[in-house]
Amino acid sequence: MSLEKADVEKIAHLARLQISEQDVPEYARDLSSILALVEQMGAVDTTGITPMAHPLDIAQRLRADEVTEENQREKFQAIAPATENHLFLVPKVIE
Amino acid sequence: MQWETVIGLEIHAQLATKSKIFSGASTAYGAEPNTQACAVDLGLPGVLPVLNKEVVRMAVKFGLAIDAEITPRSVFARKNYFYPDLPKGYQTSQMDHPIVGVGRLDIVLEDGTTKRIGVTRAHLEEDAGKSLHEDFQGMTGIDLNRAGTPLLEIVSEPELSSAYEAVAYMKKLHTLVRYLEICDGNMQEGSFRCDANVSVRPVGQQALGTRAEVKNLNSFRFIERAINHEVERQIDILEGGGNIIQETRLYDSDKDETRSMRSKEEANDYRYFPCPDLLPVVVEPSYLDEVAKTLPELPDIKKARFIDDIGLKTDAADVLVSSRELADYFEVVLKTSGAEAKICANWVIVELSGALNKNSQNITSSPVSAELLGGLVKRIADNTISGKIAKQVFAAMWDGEGDADSIIEAKDLKQNTDSGAIEAVIDEIIANNPNQAEELRGGKDKMMGFFVGQVMKATQGKANPAQVNQMLKNKIFG
Amino acid sequence: MHNKTISELAQGLRDKAFSSVELTQHYLDRIQQFDGDLNSFITVTPELALAQARAADEQLAAGNATALTGIPLAQKDIFCTDGVRTSCGSKMLDNFIAPYSATVIEKFNSAGSVMLGKTNMDEFAMGSSNETSFYGAVKNPWDLDAVPGGSSGGSAACVAARMAPASTGTDTGGSIRQPAALCGITGLKPTYGRISRYGMIAFASSLDQAGPMTRDAKDAAIMLNTMAGFDARDSTCLDKPVPDYTANLDNSLQGLKIGLPKEYFGEGLDSGVATAIEAAIKEYEKLGATVKEISLPNTSLAVPTYYVIAPAECSSNLSRMDGVRFGYRCENPVDLEDLYKRSRGEGFGDEVKRRIMVGTYALSAGYYDAYYLKAQQIRQLISDDFKKAFEEVDVIMGPTTPEPAFNFGEKGEDPVSMYLSDIYTIAVNLAGLPGISVPAGVVNGRPAGLQIIGNYFDEARLLNVAHQYQQVTEWHQQGPARYL
Repeated sequence: MSLEKADVEKIAHLARLQISEQDVPEYARDLSSILALVEQMGAVDTTGITPMAHPLDIAQRLRADEVTEENQREKFQAIAPATENHLFLVPKVIE
Repeated sequence: MQWETVIGLEIHAQLATKSKIFSGASTAYGAEPNTQACAVDLGLPGVLPVLNKEVVRMAVKFGLAIDAEITPRSVFARKNYFYPDLPKGYQTSQMDHPIVGVGRLDIVLEDGTTKRIGVTRAHLEEDAGKSLHEDFQGMTGIDLNRAGTPLLEIVSEPELSSAYEAVAYMKKLHTLVRYLEICDGNMQEGSFRCDANVSVRPVGQQALGTRAEVKNLNSFRFIERAINHEVERQIDILEGGGNIIQETRLYDSDKDETRSMRSKEEANDYRYFPCPDLLPVVVEPSYLDEVAKTLPELPDIKKARFIDDIGLKTDAADVLVSSRELADYFEVVLKTSGAEAKICANWVIVELSGALNKNSQNITSSPVSAELLGGLVKRIADNTISGKIAKQVFAAMWDGEGDADSIIEAKDLKQNTDSGAIEAVIDEIIANNPNQAEELRGGKDKMMGFFVGQVMKATQGKANPAQVNQMLKNKIFG
Repeated sequence: MHNKTISELAQGLRDKAFSSVELTQHYLDRIQQFDGDLNSFITVTPELALAQARAADEQLAAGNATALTGIPLAQKDIFCTDGVRTSCGSKMLDNFIAPYSATVIEKFNSAGSVMLGKTNMDEFAMGSSNETSFYGAVKNPWDLDAVPGGSSGGSAACVAARMAPASTGTDTGGSIRQPAALCGITGLKPTYGRISRYGMIAFASSLDQAGPMTRDAKDAAIMLNTMAGFDARDSTCLDKPVPDYTANLDNSLQGLKIGLPKEYFGEGLDSGVATAIEAAIKEYEKLGATVKEISLPNTSLAVPTYYVIAPAECSSNLSRMDGVRFGYRCENPVDLEDLYKRSRGEGFGDEVKRRIMVGTYALSAGYYDAYYLKAQQIRQLISDDFKKAFEEVDVIMGPTTPEPAFNFGEKGEDPVSMYLSDIYTIAVNLAGLPGISVPAGVVNGRPAGLQIIGNYFDEARLLNVAHQYQQVTEWHQQGPARYL
C-alpha cells in the first residue's frame, strides 16, 4: 500500500502530530516502505486462528476496593507546564 | 404525515465504589480540584491500571438483575481520542466483549400496560475529568478528580417510542441501581446521567430515521423536555423538506433547546483495540451464583408481593417500591403495627412523605423511624387514639418527644371508651339541643353528624367516633 | 576494581577491601573520564549515588547486606526515578522529573544498590542503533564508528566500557539482547510478566519487558533475583514464586537438548557470526548437550507482525504525551489543536512519529482487520511454532543478530533495513518467551552474541546454560581494550 500526501496528513491529524509540508513526501515514502514490509503478512492464511492479544493466557487480577492513594497534587503539579487555581490549563475548549 | 418517535438511551451510572476503577484514589464527590487524581488517573508515564474488584461485582449484579447474559471473558479496550479531560489520550472502556450482554427491563405505560424494553449491553468504563470554563485569561482549567471514576454504561435497544417511555425506563433503571446499591443515583452530582438517541420516521416505515444524540440529560424533567423538543425539531425539518444530520446535540436546560456540538462534529475514528495493560476479566459460574445470592428482592417482585400478598392497591405499591428504603420502611411499619396494609401505606405515603417533603428530608434522614411510626399506627388500629389525634402524636414524635405510647400518656390523648361517661355527655347534649334531636328523630340523618361533632368536641376528640355514633343511635331511636 | 563482576565486588565490599563510597566514586570517575566520547549516560547522579553508597556502607557495616548492597548500577532512562529526570531519550520528557519511582527502581533501592545515573537510549525505546536519542547516539566502546545497538545502547555501552558493573535494560523487540550482543556483554530478557512494568515508560505494553545487562550470566542471575517478582501495581505481572536464580548455575548440561532453528542460519547471516555461533554450539556438545535442527516456520513473519503490533500499541501509549500535565509544551499555542500538534510534532523525533503514524493507520477504521487483527493471528502462529519446538528441545540457540555492530548511518534512509537487524530477537517478544544473549566471539574487532531462548519462566535454566558456557569460554571476559 502506497500512501499519498493526503493519507499522511489525515494520519498525522488523527495522531495530533504537526508535520511540516516539506516533510510530508518523506513520511509518505517511509510509511509506504513500512507498510510494504507489513503486508508480507497477507501471504499467510489465518482463517480460524484466534488472535493473540497477549503473550500470557491468564485472567485479569482484581484489587480490593480501597482508597490507597493520598493527595500529591503539589508534587504532581510542580512538573505541569501550566496550572492556575490547582487546575491544569489548556487553550480554551469550545463545546 | 403521522410521525413515530424512536428513542434509545445510553445511561451512565457511576458505580458506588470507594476507589476508582483502575487506581486507589478516592471517588468522593466535591473534593478540592486535582486532590483525588493520583499518578494513574493523571496518566503519568509508566503507570498501569489494576481493576477494582467491586466494579466487576456491581456490573455482574446489575446484569443478573436484568436477566442478562454475563460475558464469561469480557475485554477492556482503548477508545483513542485527544481531549484535555482525558489524560491518557484514550478512554479505557469495553467494546466487543462487554461484561453484561443482552438483558431486559419492563416499564409500565400510561394506560397501565407493561412494555418490555431490551437492554443491548452494559459495559464498564472510566469517567473523564472536568473542564472548567471560567476565564483564566482565555484558558480552560482541567480538574481530573473525576477521571477514572467507574461507570456502567447501560445501552437500551431503540425501542422507546415517546419521551414518557424514555422517562419511565430511566426511572425504572434509577430505582433498580439504587435497589442493587451499585449507584447512589444522585443526578445533580452526575452519578446517573443519560444520552438519548432520538429519531423520527413516518408511521409504518421499517427503517430507522437519521438520529441525533442528545447529551447532558441529568434530570427526568430535562430528558422529557429535551426529547420532546428534539422530536419537534426533527419533524419540523422533515416536514419542511429538509434532512436530519447525524450529530451530537447538547441540551441547554436554561434555554430549553438542543444545539449542535460543533466541536464534536468531526468524524471520529476511535481506533479501538484491546487494552494490552489489562487482561480478560474472567467470570466463573460459581461467582455468578455467589453474586446472585446477594441480590435483594427486586422492585417488580416486591410490587407484585405488595399487591397480591399484602393487599395494596397498584398506586400505593408503585409509590412504595419506587425506593428500596421507602419499601423497607413501610414493611417495618406494617410489621411493628400489626395493622392493615392500607392504613400503614397511607401513613407512610401521605403523612410521613408529606412531612419529609415539607422539611426537605428524605426517608433515610427521617426523624421518625419506621418503628416509631409503627408504634403510632398500632394505637390507631387498636382504637387507643383516633386518626385525628394520631396526627397530633405524629407531630410530637417528629419533634422528638418520644414514642407514641409515651406521648399519648404524657398528653393524655387516650380515647375515652368509658361508656358511662360518654353517655352522660350525650344526655347533656341532647338535653341542650332539643330541636335538633327532634329533627333527627324525624329522619333528618344529617343531624347525626352534628351530634357526633358536639360529643367529640366536648370530649376533646378522645371519644371513639364509632362508639359515639352507636350510642347516639341507641339514645335517639332506642 | 572495574573489571570485577557484581559477585566479585560484593565479596570485596564484605571483605572491606573497599567501601561502596570508594567503589561508587571510582565508577563516577570513569564516567567522567570516558563518557564524553561514549555518551552512554543522559543523566549522571553523583550526589544521589554517593548518598546511597554511604547508606550502603552503613548497611554493610551493620551486617545486613544483600547481594546488591553497595553495588553501583546504571538504570536505563526509561525507568521513572523519583526526583530525577526521566527522559526516555526524548525531547518530550527532557524536563520530566519523575514524581515517583518504578517498581524495579524501588526494588533496587530496597536491596541497597547505588544508582550512578540514567543511561542513554533510542527515543522511547524505538530503535536498534541508539541513533534516535534526543541526546545523541551512544558509541560502541569496541569501535567508536560502530553503533552500540539499541534501544538499551547506553546500558550496554557503559557496562562494556566498565563505567558500571551492570545496568538495566528493556526489551520490546530485542532492545536488551541486540545491544548486549553488539557490545559484548550478557543481556537477559525474561518471560513477559516476570518483572513489573510499573514505572517503566511503555513503548508496546504487550511486548515490553525489563531485564539485566551484565558482564556474565551469574551477575544476570543476581540482578534478576532482585528485579523479578509480583507487583500489585501491574496487572500483567505474575504472582509466581521467584526462585534463587543463582542456585542452579552449576548444574551439568549433560543431556540438554538444544534446538537450532534452520531459519536462523540462512540467508542474511554474516559468515563471521555464523562461525562464532557454530563454535559455541560445539562447546555445548562438549558439555554434554545434544543438538538438533528444528524449524520455526513463521520466522520471516515476525518482523512484519511486530511492526504492526508495536506501533499500534505505541500510538496509543504515547497519546498521553500531550503537553498538558507534564513534559514538553510548545510555545504560545493558539488553540487546543495547536497545543497538541505542535507539542507532539516538536517533542517527538522522526522515528517515533513514524511509528505513531504506522500504528494510528493500522488501527484506523477500515484497516484494523487487515493489519492489527491479522498481526494478532500471526502472533499466535509464531507463538505456536515455539510451543511445538519446546516439546522437543529444552532451549533454542542461534545468533542474536545477523551481523556484528554496523557503522553509524550505515543502514541508510529506509527505516526497514534497520528493522531487519532485529530479525532473530523479535519473535521471542511476540511469544513472550525469555531469551539471553551471551558474548560468543569477536568478528573483525566487533563482538558477536549467542542467543539462547527458553520456555516460559525457564530463566533459571537459561542462566544455567549461559553460565556453563562462560565456565569453559572467555568471550565474556573480553572487553574493548581501551576501557579494561
